[in-house]
Amino acid sequence: MKARLPQQQIPVAASLAVLLLLYGGGCALFPHFGSLRVLINLFGDNAFLGIAAVGTTFVILSGGIDLSVGSVVAFTGILVARLVAQGVAPPAALAIALLLGALFGGLMGLLIQAFDLPPFLVTLGGMFLARGLGFMVHAESIAITHPFYDGFIAQTLAIRVSSRLSIPFTAVCLVAVVAGATALARWTPFGRNVYALGSNEASARLMGLPVARTKVGVYALAGFLSALGGCVATFYMQSGNPASFVGLELDAIAAAVIGGTILRGGVGFIPGTLVGVLILGLIQTLITFQGDLNTWWTRIIIGALLFLFILLQEMISRFARRS
Amino acid sequence: MSLPVLEARGITKRFAGVTALDGVDFNARAGEVHALMGENGAGKSTLIKVLTGAYARDEGTVRVGGEPIAPRCTGDAEAAGIATVYQEVNLIPDLSVAENIGLGRQPLRWGCIHWRAVRDRARRALARLGLTLDVDQPLSTCSIAVQQLVAVARALDVSARVLILDEPTSSLDEREVGELFAVIRRLRADGMAIVLVTHFLDQVYAISDRITVLRNGRLVGEFAAADLPRLELVSHMLGRPCDELPAAGRAAASLPPPGAPLLAVRDFGRKNVLRPLDLHVHAGEVLGLAGLLGSGRTELARLLFGIDRPDCGEMKVAGHLTKIRSPGASLRLRFGFTPEDRKTQALLPNLSVRENLIVALQVRRGLWRRVPRAEQDQLTARFIQALGIKASGPEQAIKHLSGGNQQKVLLARWLATEPRLLILDEPTRGIDVGAQADLERLLAELRAQGLALIFISSEISELVRNSQRIIVLRDHAKVAELAGGEVEESTVMRAIADEGGAPPPHG
Amino acid sequence: MGSWIHLVFWLLFAAGLWAARGRTVFWPLLALGLLLLFNELFTPGFFALEVRGGHLYGTRIDILNEGAKIMLLGLGLTLVIATGGVDLSVGATMAIAGAVAAQALVAAHLSPGLAILAALVAAALAGAWNGLLVAVLRIPPIVATLILMVAGRGIAQLITGGQIITFADPVLGYLGNGWFLGLPFTLTVVLLAFGLTALLTRRTALGLFIEAIGESETASRYTGLPARTVKFFVYVFSGVCAGVAGLIAAGNIHSADANHAGLYLELDAIIAAVVGGTSLAGGRFYLAGALVGALLMQTLTTTLYALNVSADVATVPKALVILAACLLQSPQFRARLTRRKSPGAA
Repeated sequence: MKARLPQQQIPVAASLAVLLLLYGGGCALFPHFGSLRVLINLFGDNAFLGIAAVGTTFVILSGGIDLSVGSVVAFTGILVARLVAQGVAPPAALAIALLLGALFGGLMGLLIQAFDLPPFLVTLGGMFLARGLGFMVHAESIAITHPFYDGFIAQTLAIRVSSRLSIPFTAVCLVAVVAGATALARWTPFGRNVYALGSNEASARLMGLPVARTKVGVYALAGFLSALGGCVATFYMQSGNPASFVGLELDAIAAAVIGGTILRGGVGFIPGTLVGVLILGLIQTLITFQGDLNTWWTRIIIGALLFLFILLQEMISRFARRS
Repeated sequence: MSLPVLEARGITKRFAGVTALDGVDFNARAGEVHALMGENGAGKSTLIKVLTGAYARDEGTVRVGGEPIAPRCTGDAEAAGIATVYQEVNLIPDLSVAENIGLGRQPLRWGCIHWRAVRDRARRALARLGLTLDVDQPLSTCSIAVQQLVAVARALDVSARVLILDEPTSSLDEREVGELFAVIRRLRADGMAIVLVTHFLDQVYAISDRITVLRNGRLVGEFAAADLPRLELVSHMLGRPCDELPAAGRAAASLPPPGAPLLAVRDFGRKNVLRPLDLHVHAGEVLGLAGLLGSGRTELARLLFGIDRPDCGEMKVAGHLTKIRSPGASLRLRFGFTPEDRKTQALLPNLSVRENLIVALQVRRGLWRRVPRAEQDQLTARFIQALGIKASGPEQAIKHLSGGNQQKVLLARWLATEPRLLILDEPTRGIDVGAQADLERLLAELRAQGLALIFISSEISELVRNSQRIIVLRDHAKVAELAGGEVEESTVMRAIADEGGAPPPHG
Repeated sequence: MGSWIHLVFWLLFAAGLWAARGRTVFWPLLALGLLLLFNELFTPGFFALEVRGGHLYGTRIDILNEGAKIMLLGLGLTLVIATGGVDLSVGATMAIAGAVAAQALVAAHLSPGLAILAALVAAALAGAWNGLLVAVLRIPPIVATLILMVAGRGIAQLITGGQIITFADPVLGYLGNGWFLGLPFTLTVVLLAFGLTALLTRRTALGLFIEAIGESETASRYTGLPARTVKFFVYVFSGVCAGVAGLIAAGNIHSADANHAGLYLELDAIIAAVVGGTSLAGGRFYLAGALVGALLMQTLTTTLYALNVSADVATVPKALVILAACLLQSPQFRARLTRRKSPGAA
């Protein structure tokens, strides 16, 4: 009995298996797939998605959903770009963006909490609002040219592996955020309250847990992480565009679910979301390597994976209820 | 007698003009188990919710250890030393046992949760109850009884002086109740003041030192358990003098009508739910199902109506071999079923009395043959009149009706389909005495009209009063079938309690 | 143009409001009226109406024409929401239907009738997929329909091979751009769909069944109601509605654009249903309310365009409408409002 995998960890194990399978398959099929560069790029290219997906994971863990992710990431990008273009020091611009992101998420959480509104509708409103606000900041894409970006972020903060290869700062951000979020979820009362809230809100309330504070906090955290994802995206793209990242929220949700977070809330594992993000990234990479497969296959495969993992979760929970 | 740890005086609570509690006094003393008794609607749960801060009282004072308190939430009450465990286990099934005990008050080290301390503390809290558990296992892997005990451990983990147990035994089996009581005795010996809400008389006398009875939101009295005979307690709860108690007025034990039974099952059961049993009911007969909660009564009813599927046995309806696969199939056989949990399993809360009433008939007619509006109105008017349903009109949303009137509408829902068999699971639970009497009268009328009825109730006197035959269930199996002169409270009680003397099951 | 048209319009509108008094549809209708009144007063040319070649032209007509897709989706979604569910995939289903129709015409050289049929079958299959997940596998609707929302556009792209497929078929073109009785043909489609849906739900027991399921699925099943079957077909119905909307969208531009057909329209349609009075918790539904809600959304969009607000920024007021609709449905918010209105009451 000891050797049996705890039920809650089956999805995470399954996603790890998928990750290894995809990676192994890629290495077997394509000569350069196994190179360090591909691996590093996998982290670097998907950093903004990963960071946003960590926020989404917290929201899903708490029993909610956040559809505003893509818009907030885009809003942050254009805001930072515009501020930098107007002469604000980049660190200040980034700080303002992060603050606004947290505030935005917190406001949505407040509405959800105070009036018991369905999260998907409130964050849908948030999605429209952030998208429109982004276009109000500036209707066109703005490139960011500043020594802070070209030199400090792109050069100084990158970790040099060899003369031709370095780990970009975005990848470092991703790993740091995942580590920090894992600790937050596992070792702080806030993190545990999020799990309790998502597992059974009525019980959490009767147990005297700060339900209201936790709920608002979760959305504020998600807003902050979306904004951070947006900041990291500016490092990666060196520009901001109000029209970008449409539908990113779906990728973030898919990453969380594929990473083992149960959409009903209460069960999940932050590093699992990283696995989910890497799976999505690997699919993209594989399709790029393949060359003659069209990119829309990505959407279909993500949908299929989403379906399989949701099915797996349902089967596990039904099995658990029966036994 | 020790001084009260918890002292409530003149507690009054009103809801939208209805007085749920009217100047009630209540005390809990250290080292005593104090049972709070009363029929449904007596105000027990309102009083508990006022004490735990779930409701704000309108009048009165509450003191803990002499200090006045006015809890606004469960957290306030906990801080004041009042710990509560509810009927439904209000914990987080996905988290570990240790975490459930420590949640919200985890010891920190360097700003992080000190998990070892959390586990140690949980082990200590459980040890105080005489329990040793693997505190790392998810709570959902524990039995309900153990979950209940974990809830007690959590409640006591703060420096509680008063422990309120709100119907803690409803979902426990006998052995589990024993475990819980052992824990309660242990805590009593430690000087805890314990308030126990339950409606099982045996349990009250098994463990209580003191009994407070409420009726219709008022205090009837506080008694020492040793000085209060059972019959007197029941008469206090019902508000009727002992000699008017129903023992005399039970249904004439007529012989079963001749001919094949309307419904007969043989070796009928489902693994882990109900051991195979035989059962039959004739037209014009009320068959009572007796047994404690969890004995398999509701499970049997669900199998008979096709909500769950039996995995063995055969069923004959009016002599013909039949398979019931779904409630829809039962409906076509002209069966009806009113479930025990009216709120979640029967009511369509925001729909009107009319819609709630005609829905079963409509399902029987099918999607395409809509019951014409004129017929709907006429049916509704007829049943409102016939059953004495008190509603502002047929279009009133059913959620605004009282429990008794809701139950009448739900009965009418099936009566409108002109059923041959009605299965009634606790139809009188949570409804006032007047409506109960109405329902019992209706039962007799329906029987006279030739309906077959299967009647489930926890109130043995009610069963005896209304049934021609009674099947007694215990531990998911049929243990006795009583007919004729055997249909008596004492025989049923003995069969339920397994005291011997109950006749062996009929073939 | 004579001001008598204005007078007749407003008289008719007032009569409609009067007829709707005390009913749920009154409030969205009032909101629509206020928005139109705003336009009457402040937006030049908004109420201009002219007859050209036997067809009516004007902003109001544009709103009706453009709003047709939202109204169609809103009808399907209203029933889905009434069962306590939601369908996020209708936008993607529109794209699939358009893609199938275009390929049936262009690649398979089918007759327009067969192409339309093929598109509707595809849309019904998409709905059936959702129904399967929700009703049979019992996956929560938001989650279940999210899958097709993610994958649906990919499937549509797969069908079109990633290209925008243009066609010249007059029948499909008529569906998107035709005129009937001086009005855009899309209106006829909407009215037909509305009439059919109303007939189907109110002349049979379907409406009662749907509302019963939305109120309490357990209670419905225990009453013998085939709840899963009803739910399954409600999703199929929503898929078909999306299919018709997808055909209109494709016919309108004589091409299937898998990337943009119906993008974000699911959101407009959900808002339309909710603004129309159907609660996201399920239960009572209001088909006419959904149509008014859809027109409200479309009028808002058109008004903003008329005020020279760019399409992208127009999402801001839309967001405010969503939040307002949410708040007005929230019992907590209502309680707070009434408490403020009557501070004396207990």
